[in-house]
Amino acid sequence: MSNNMKYLTGPFSANNPVIVQILGICSALAVTVQLKPAIVMALSVTVVTAFSNLVMSLLRNGVPARIRIIVQLVVIAALVILVDQVLKAYVYEISKQLSVYVGLIITNCIVMGRVEAFALGNKPWASFLDGIGNGLGYGMILVIVAFFRELLGSGSLLGFRIIPESWYMTEGGFYSNCGLMLFPPMALIIVGCIIWVHRSRNKDLQEK
Amino acid sequence: MDKIKPTFSKGGKLGFLESTFDAFETFLFVPNTTTVKGTHIRDCNDMKRTMIVVVLALMPAFLFGCWWTGAQVGLEGLCAFFYGLVRVLPMVCVSYIVGLGIEFYFAQVRGHEVNEGFLVTGLLIPLIFPISTPLWMVALSTAFAVIFGKEVFGGTGMNVFNPALLARAFAFFAYTPSMSGETVWYSNWTMMGAQVDGITGATALEQLGSTGTMTFSPLDAFLGMIPGSFGETSTLAILIGGAILLLTGIASWRTMLSVFVGGLAMGYLFQALGVTEYPAWWHLIVGGFAFGAVFMATDPVTSAQTNKGKYIVGLMTGALAVLIRVVNPAYPEGMMLSIIFMNALAPLVDYFVVEANISRRKKRVKLAK
Repeated sequence: MSNNMKYLTGPFSANNPVIVQILGICSALAVTVQLKPAIVMALSVTVVTAFSNLVMSLLRNGVPARIRIIVQLVVIAALVILVDQVLKAYVYEISKQLSVYVGLIITNCIVMGRVEAFALGNKPWASFLDGIGNGLGYGMILVIVAFFRELLGSGSLLGFRIIPESWYMTEGGFYSNCGLMLFPPMALIIVGCIIWVHRSRNKDLQEK
Repeated sequence: MDKIKPTFSKGGKLGFLESTFDAFETFLFVPNTTTVKGTHIRDCNDMKRTMIVVVLALMPAFLFGCWWTGAQVGLEGLCAFFYGLVRVLPMVCVSYIVGLGIEFYFAQVRGHEVNEGFLVTGLLIPLIFPISTPLWMVALSTAFAVIFGKEVFGGTGMNVFNPALLARAFAFFAYTPSMSGETVWYSNWTMMGAQVDGITGATALEQLGSTGTMTFSPLDAFLGMIPGSFGETSTLAILIGGAILLLTGIASWRTMLSVFVGGLAMGYLFQALGVTEYPAWWHLIVGGFAFGAVFMATDPVTSAQTNKGKYIVGLMTGALAVLIRVVNPAYPEGMMLSIIFMNALAPLVDYFVVEANISRRKKRVKLAK
């Protein structure tokens, strides 16, 4: 596998930003009640990480080290505002659901972390791939968490009903949604379970 | 027994089931471990027998719950008792099968001994659930509590939170409609001529939370003739169990006493401030206060370990329970939340107690010099 491919696919599993580097947990808890906002959030973060990595990598030789954080912030903030405007223009409902969390992509540790750790020391194309990889790695966890939370918490997926109405207790059935799934603590527990499964499959990640 | 033992030991044919075998052997027989070296008194009271005493102490509340479940649907005497017993047995079985199944599985995978803590937890869970809870909810809550409350921390003795209460808390937050309200406290099975149609009634605490008044007499509340979870209603039966625990020295009287004192003190404070018109002692006889104080707060694993820490944690548990009950009408039962919260704080309290002791002794050393 070429190096560039490694940058792209590494963050999917062995170097996943959420479950290995434990970054970006806050938004993973906040926007995963339903699947649709989670997917949109995942794409937004991917775009921001990819392009902030690209831009900072292009600028890396011209920016003095002492003011690099400010420059990074300007770049990331500009990208986040762009994404926010696009979301507002095309998927207004979801943008309203995501509310402040779109703006808070600026503070998402993954974005700044990748710029600091990768883009400042690597070529633009590699940085761009790394950004996409990390954004998708983050998005993957978001989608898995949101899948379980929406299915078990609301009985639907992407807004479509999966668990039939007639099963519910209010309709005379036996089933009832798990209200805890709608609360952030359950998202944390699901993330914990994903980490559990992931580590037991990847022995080299286990601490001694 | 001794004959089949080698089969299950390491290297034997069924060696992979060693933990399971060991669990059953020590469950059925007094252990034959003896001290090899030095003077050392050791009685045969291992953890399993300790747990059995707790199970015995739970029996008064359990038996009363059986009778009261039947009595609530209009049956009398033994008939009521058997109705309740038949009604609750599936819940007990589900909680034991699910909980023990998970415990055995984890012990086997890790090569540990199976621990006996679940003998008590498995009985506590049906006692603190409303009688009409669907079995799959009991199963799911038990599984959640055992896996996330106990096994991820390393099994019995390592858990931060009381597993039975965690099961209750999970069910409370996940399936709120089935855990609170007017109808859930009554059995809905038609058998032996039970009148199950149309009985409703909120618990004393729910009444207090929604309307600010309770309609039960203190005697009824003390004896347990009020709606509530299966085993929590009768303060009298719980106190009998508490007496058993104290006489055998299994539960700490420090924790138990200070929980009651803390609750009373907080109750009197609110009374003096005029927040509620109910006298402080009401809090001790309604809802799960007594049950929590006697069986939950005294859990040796999750409570504080130092004697001073036990007083502190106990006082705060009682005070917090009354605080939540009175101030936050969204959570009528504060006992569950307050015990879980203090479970989390107990190690911290212990830490400060130990540190304080160390610095006091250091001072003494300095003075002596």
